[in-house]
Amino acid sequence: MDFTIKTMADYAAEGKSPEVLFWVGCAGSFDDRAKKITKAFCKILNKIGVEFAVLGQEESCTGDPAKRAGNEFVFQMMAMTNIEVLNAYEVKKIVTACPHCFNTLKNEYPSLGGNYEVIHHTQFLKELMNEGRLKIEGGSFKGKKITFHDPCYLGRANDEYEAPRMLLEKLDAELVEMKRCKTNGLCCGAGGAQMFKEPEKGKKDINVERTEEALSFEPKIIATGCPFCNTMLTDGVKHFNKNHEVEVKDIVELLAEAEDL
Amino acid sequence: MQYLDNVIFLILLIAGFGLFGKSLLKIYRNIRLGREINRSDRKSERWETMARVAMGQSRMSARPVAGILHLFVYVGFVIINIELIEIIVDGIFGTHRFLATIFGHTFYNFFTATLEVLALLVIVGVVLFFIRRNFYGVKRLTMKELFGWPKNDANWILIIEFALMMAFFTMNSSDFILQQRGVLAAHGSFPISEMTLVPFLEIFSFDNIFLEIVERGAWWFHFIGILFFMNYLYYSKHLHIILAFPSTWYANLDLYGKFNNLESVTKEIKLMMDPNADPYAAPAEGAEEAPSKFGAEDVFDLNQVQLLNAYSCTECGRCTSVCPANVTGKKLSPRAILMKTRDRLEEVGRNIDKNGKFEDDGKKLLNDYISKEELWACTTCNACTQACPILLDPLSIIFEMRRFLVMEQSAAPQELNLMMTNVENNAAPWQYNQADRLNWAKD
Repeated sequence: MDFTIKTMADYAAEGKSPEVLFWVGCAGSFDDRAKKITKAFCKILNKIGVEFAVLGQEESCTGDPAKRAGNEFVFQMMAMTNIEVLNAYEVKKIVTACPHCFNTLKNEYPSLGGNYEVIHHTQFLKELMNEGRLKIEGGSFKGKKITFHDPCYLGRANDEYEAPRMLLEKLDAELVEMKRCKTNGLCCGAGGAQMFKEPEKGKKDINVERTEEALSFEPKIIATGCPFCNTMLTDGVKHFNKNHEVEVKDIVELLAEAEDL
Repeated sequence: MQYLDNVIFLILLIAGFGLFGKSLLKIYRNIRLGREINRSDRKSERWETMARVAMGQSRMSARPVAGILHLFVYVGFVIINIELIEIIVDGIFGTHRFLATIFGHTFYNFFTATLEVLALLVIVGVVLFFIRRNFYGVKRLTMKELFGWPKNDANWILIIEFALMMAFFTMNSSDFILQQRGVLAAHGSFPISEMTLVPFLEIFSFDNIFLEIVERGAWWFHFIGILFFMNYLYYSKHLHIILAFPSTWYANLDLYGKFNNLESVTKEIKLMMDPNADPYAAPAEGAEEAPSKFGAEDVFDLNQVQLLNAYSCTECGRCTSVCPANVTGKKLSPRAILMKTRDRLEEVGRNIDKNGKFEDDGKKLLNDYISKEELWACTTCNACTQACPILLDPLSIIFEMRRFLVMEQSAAPQELNLMMTNVENNAAPWQYNQADRLNWAKD
């Protein structure tokens, strides 16, 4: 990164607090592919001068995969630890590029004592755009065919279908919808802790089924809003040997590209 | 002897409703075997949801063909049951078309004509449903889990509804001819019968006595048919015509993404994290007992709404047809989860009927009915709950059973155990060092 990423501890040391906490998430911190999404998001925030901080070493897994696997103990242990940290810094607003972190922080932390305004990065960018702080011109995407895969934990779980689409529209691309989109969307196959295990036996893998549907529209880009969907669909595109023709990109990466960041 | 009809009628009526009441009580008893759950908050929202989803059928439009046919049968069924009031009064007091005296000529004509049109729509609906189910090959209606009773049950329902409507038309047609001949007082208007069955019956020039027998026969058939159908419900998936209402009322109103946090675990963790807590302290007087179990192994561990859901499911398979695990050929089927829960609950109910209380039968919902393979295939995507026309929640059952597998039996797949250990020790599902969390910023 060509600028410094500040942590909550840095801000606290200065006696200040940032506009928003960027919850990076485990994938965003450690997964090589997802790290690019993290960086793209930071570049955009930096360019338009949003004061944001990360927790850095003080961040832990939200507990989502443990919870959905059925391990309430590990989940709550993670949750309580995170809530202690967040409350100590008096965090008000959290943005995250991972719908699983988003869902857990937003819906499952309040009853454990963690009450914050939690938004997905696409919602935050939409907010910034509506405020006139973020301007996007989609020159390089003009006319390119893009299809968007709804992440379950953003769409169906939290009823957010419009923010990602609104951002994609700003790119002047040709947005095509898959038959299974929005409330009818099909899972990428990673949710509910499936990301961390081999799938059960079946006719095919869920990500292959989903990618097949996306590829049937012959898009140039499959847009995602979740690091796990991104991995699953990237694997799916490789499965069909289409990785030289079709890109799988997070919306925030597309926006950063449009801005030449 | 003059009142024999009325007495027989009354006896049948009381027996029919009595038996039905008994079945409902049994269902109620079985549902109460589950854990209690507080779902009586947000009352106005609950009434609104029930009105919109159960009465207003708001979710049926997602599949337009099935939706419109269902609407025919639903509206027909609801309104034709007003006829039942007339049948009951006529049957008890020996009157004929009692409502005519209350409604007045014009309105009664309008009423009977409307019933005829609706009855025709019901016939159209059930005939097309029958064809669709048996010959057209809609995938969700021909899946393996429906072989045997579920498939026969569906067909029986359609056949009974068809027979009831035909009896209704036969009754009206013979009544109409008798009215024309001046044998019976002229009440009502029967446009559909006039166009269809009446001309057909006229060909044979039946005498009045025969037609009276036909009219009475159809009337009794219709009445007994309704009583039979009502009592058949208990054994059928068709219970949804009643239980869809409480199921939508007690539905989960939260966002799909919000899974409940187990309070018993919260207490433990708070104790664990509290440096001042005395780990050896005896529980305070009157403190709640810890729950006997985490998650669900059998129907007793599920909550009452989940058990109500199992009885309410009409096995339409919309959930299964959108389940990503199922569409890619895995064993999981959300519909089967509900069906198996009901099967087990019924078995438990029969056990209680026989023994007075539940005697251990060596079986459990887990493993004996629902396999681990099914449970572990779920991606928790909520497509099933989104698809259910009456807001049932098979995912919550899957989730509770996973909790049991993990927290009571430590029986997660090995890879998930690894993931959970990583979360616990490294604060990430992968084996990375927490100190490296910000390394990406230095690249």
